[in-house]
Amino acid sequence: MSTDSQQTGDDIDGEQASETETTEDELRARIEELEATVAELQELEDAMAAAGDDGQKKMTIIATKGTLDMAYPPLILATTAAAFDWEVVVFHTFWGLDILHEENSRNLKLSSVGNPNMPVPNIVGALPGMDRMTTRMMNKRIADNDTATIEELVDLSLDLGVELQACQMTIELMDYDEADFYEGVTTGVGAATALQHMSESDVQLMI
Amino acid sequence: MTTELDITETLDVTGVSCPIPVVKTKQAIDELDQGDILEVIATDSGSMSDIRGWAEGTDGVELREQTEGDDVYKHYVEKTG
Repeated sequence: MSTDSQQTGDDIDGEQASETETTEDELRARIEELEATVAELQELEDAMAAAGDDGQKKMTIIATKGTLDMAYPPLILATTAAAFDWEVVVFHTFWGLDILHEENSRNLKLSSVGNPNMPVPNIVGALPGMDRMTTRMMNKRIADNDTATIEELVDLSLDLGVELQACQMTIELMDYDEADFYEGVTTGVGAATALQHMSESDVQLMI
Repeated sequence: MTTELDITETLDVTGVSCPIPVVKTKQAIDELDQGDILEVIATDSGSMSDIRGWAEGTDGVELREQTEGDDVYKHYVEKTG
């Protein structure tokens, strides 16, 4: 019994010695492998630095509303971000398309119902002609305060290099023609384009 | 209050409100050369905070001075790069 165990012990020692050699070789190989990986990563990092991550911020806004009040925030933020030299994309979908529609953008309306801060009760606001009246009042205020019009802000956005995109699916859904939009508006884009820009952006907003 | 700065050009944005003062300031700065100073005359009280914020967040410009009086807000922006 005891002899057997002694023999077994010798065998184990022999095996351990050869195992140590193998382990050393393996470790050397592994170190070389890791060194190669580190070198590759260093190259990748240099390439990424060279690829122009110049610190320029990016913003993507999804504009979904087309009432007179809700058309302003995306355009005000877009033009201001462009003044900061940010790269800006505004993706317009559903009623947001009216902001880019040359004719409709000049006639955006303000609803006289649904906003409890309006000076008239909803039941009065729902009467025919009330939306027209509240819209006229708002347009007068815009003119009196020298606030830029939607058309001016769209032109300014395009001048500043903001990319104004019109969602192709909703252009067709709303039966609009691509020629109805301001010159410089990007058409033929969809959700994947919007998502791709959003994933690369520092600021993403849905309005 | 007058400024001692050597003004290269003056931009008049009186009467207009957010976001036009900032946007026009940016456009005017783009037309200038390094070291030039742009004077911006505004009546929008929000321009005090907005022009400061814009200058702090934008490379290549430095807000040298801001003055306020009689509902007129003046900003002096240097193009530094």
